[in-house]
Amino acid sequence: MTKPAPSPSAPKLPVSLAANPVLSSWVRFSTDGHVMVSPGKVEIGQGIVTALAQIAADELDVDIGRVQMIRATTAGSPNEGVTSGSLSVQQSGRAIRQACAEIRQIFLGVASDRLGVDIDALDIKDGTIAGPGNIRTSYWELAGDVELDREATPGATPKLSTRRTLAGSSIQRVDIPDKVFAHPRFIHDQPLPAMLHGRVLRSEMSAAKLVDLPEDGARAIAGLVAIVRDGNFAGVVCEAEDGAEAALKALRKSATWSAGATLPDESALAEWLKAQPAEPTIIDNKTASGAMEKARTMRRQYSRPYLAHASIAPSCAMAQWTQDRVRVWTHSQGVYFLRADLALVLKLPVENITVEHMEGAGCYGHNAADDVALDAVLLARAAGGRSVRVQWSREDEMSQAPFGAAMAIEIEADLDAQGEIINWRHSVWSNGHTSRPGRAAQPALLAATELANPHPRYIATNPPPANGGGADRNSIPLYDFPSWRIECHRLLTMPIRTSALRTLGAQGNVFAIESFLDELATERGEDPVDFRLRHLSDRRAQDAIRAAARRANWKPDQRTGIGYGLGFARYKNTGAYCAVVAEVEGAEDISVKRLTIAVDVGEAINPDGVVNQIEGGAIQATSWVLKERVRFDKERITSNTWSAYPILRFSEVPEVQVELIARPDMEPLGAGEAAHGPVTAAIANAVFDALGVRVRNLPITRDSLIAAMELAS
Amino acid sequence: MPSIRFRLNGVETDVDVESDRSLLDILRGQLGMTGPHFGCGSNECGACNVIIGDRAVAACDTPLWSVADKDIITIEGLGSAQKPHPLQRAFIAEQALQCGYCVSGILISAAALLMRNPSPSGEEIRGALDRNLCRCGSHNRMVRAVLRAAAEMAAR
Repeated sequence: MTKPAPSPSAPKLPVSLAANPVLSSWVRFSTDGHVMVSPGKVEIGQGIVTALAQIAADELDVDIGRVQMIRATTAGSPNEGVTSGSLSVQQSGRAIRQACAEIRQIFLGVASDRLGVDIDALDIKDGTIAGPGNIRTSYWELAGDVELDREATPGATPKLSTRRTLAGSSIQRVDIPDKVFAHPRFIHDQPLPAMLHGRVLRSEMSAAKLVDLPEDGARAIAGLVAIVRDGNFAGVVCEAEDGAEAALKALRKSATWSAGATLPDESALAEWLKAQPAEPTIIDNKTASGAMEKARTMRRQYSRPYLAHASIAPSCAMAQWTQDRVRVWTHSQGVYFLRADLALVLKLPVENITVEHMEGAGCYGHNAADDVALDAVLLARAAGGRSVRVQWSREDEMSQAPFGAAMAIEIEADLDAQGEIINWRHSVWSNGHTSRPGRAAQPALLAATELANPHPRYIATNPPPANGGGADRNSIPLYDFPSWRIECHRLLTMPIRTSALRTLGAQGNVFAIESFLDELATERGEDPVDFRLRHLSDRRAQDAIRAAARRANWKPDQRTGIGYGLGFARYKNTGAYCAVVAEVEGAEDISVKRLTIAVDVGEAINPDGVVNQIEGGAIQATSWVLKERVRFDKERITSNTWSAYPILRFSEVPEVQVELIARPDMEPLGAGEAAHGPVTAAIANAVFDALGVRVRNLPITRDSLIAAMELAS
Repeated sequence: MPSIRFRLNGVETDVDVESDRSLLDILRGQLGMTGPHFGCGSNECGACNVIIGDRAVAACDTPLWSVADKDIITIEGLGSAQKPHPLQRAFIAEQALQCGYCVSGILISAAALLMRNPSPSGEEIRGALDRNLCRCGSHNRMVRAVLRAAAEMAAR
């Protein structure tokens, strides 16, 4: 018998389920009335665990209180890569929904056989499967007899949105009570039995070499277990944490370092970025169908500085060796990727390494979570089989972890005689926006570059455009310009280490595009809302802009010292739509008074969770715009404390209003990164509205306002 | 080594360590109280705040000798799941956090404020929390939660 060729419309499994098709790897039932749901994505403060529990409970028809969410581990979780890019609801959510739909069908089939009634006569309520005449069984009763170690098939159909009871409602997050009552949940708060403490010595000077390391001072510390030295990597292991700190202090005092690499001039970053050797890529090219006459060209350059992830918690990890096997506890965003890099450094098969996720503080991208895990693994080798916990200092967290890459963006528009845009050119110069572990033949972890047999520093790359791109993220306009050319220049040198920070290049590109559009609209004397709507054929984009404008009473009357600005983007051009109206006030120091935001994330699994993410993103972006810039001199990162790298404080936080556009039948989209670009642009445009000063180099501070005024005069 | 005695969440507590050690070290280490979080070690972020008397203080920057005979309240002493403080209830009701690492310090700062000023304005709350850093951007929800808790306490 020949198999029929699959029809082109054959249903396909969601991507994460196709990659991890065994149903039992996602969902298992205990006999005591619980469902264990095991996503490959991890909680990083975004509430994903709750959203996924909602989806599972809905599809299986069980009370959400029965759902136990299992932390990701390489010992058995589905491999869903990394928790990033606002993709967890799209990827994990769809996989869990599909898997649960099929599992529900499987149980109904078994129950139907067992009870001797038709499947159609059965109903499931809180896990109890009941039929006519009070016959009943349950998931837990049947669990022993139902084989879930089988591969998912694409046939099962999840419920219609109208039949879901939990998805779409703002149920309370499952992790919040623990955090409010200080029940240990963070990796920082869960010591292992007989655990030792480690600290790693690093020079403030970038890529410095460790020339000499007298150990006498550290050896004198009570409770010292080991001093570990491997090339430029050095650290201590101690019985107690304060001992480890004291031993580190002694080592630091005695260490001699050679001069390291030279860092660029922080006051001329855009020029420096454009002068570096780079790999150019044409991101997109669109040619107009008819000939159009160019009357003039307008060109502007925008930039953003390096930005720090600046998590409130310093990164932390624990590791424990048993002969040639090591177990690692980490707040990494990708346990399998971290394992792959650890295997490269340790020259061990991945089977010898188990990496388990534990919650950390919000990371906002690739911070030092993975680096500190390798530190712990290296130090634990000297611990005689005991576990070692390593925690970075605040200073290291702010200076040794990767940063979000600085960007220079140049946009040129050819205008016809009426001032209409006929051609658009957008060029980005930036380091790559990811050097996450686990992607390459060489490791990307910090200590790997410090060992006696060092791996070269991994030069950050950009994810491919199909995955949203990196430096080029959101560089292609969503607007209907007749022709354009989008270029990205990825730097091939990396004196300052860069990797994924929330939104990757989108914040910079949206800032540039939306600022430039505002400049064009101003030149034409056209309202910025009308100007954008006129260039957008995407209805959801129009709806978002109209909703934000309506809610903000666009445009309120001019008042001295107050300005209003608009910013819009669809994240990655495939994700959530977000439009923002900013209200700012000030002259020398700008304060953002209010952000009015409309967002379309398709189906909102947990509406309050979406609003929380948008509010948080908006406030974080305000902080980036008004305050943040990694500072450095020729030798070292100098912004390694909160005083040197200030972030927005309570008294400076704007009021944030979020309107969620209801789209229950559209595919759910992530919300965590939708607001940053539009908020950035809206604030910059509002500053221009208030003061008539166009700041094109972030952050918008008193100094950059003065510089922009001088440039304009 | 002289022993240092203080009341920790209402319990008489003695510790025998060097008196210049930081209170945070002792709380998290010897006393196993992991609610106060290490954030910076230099009194810049508020993640380790505890109440001493009626003030929120950074435990990382507080030498042990300075708390002799004092009353110290940590997040563990504020309330529990069985007997929550109105602030804890309000933070849950408002879903007033994202990652939650800063939240124990913020609850402590808010509780100290309410001890001194039972019905603060939004602006006074922002002022009292200004030395606490939150990186997730949950500030406005937290302010709403403190207002909610204050209203609940006033109604009792």
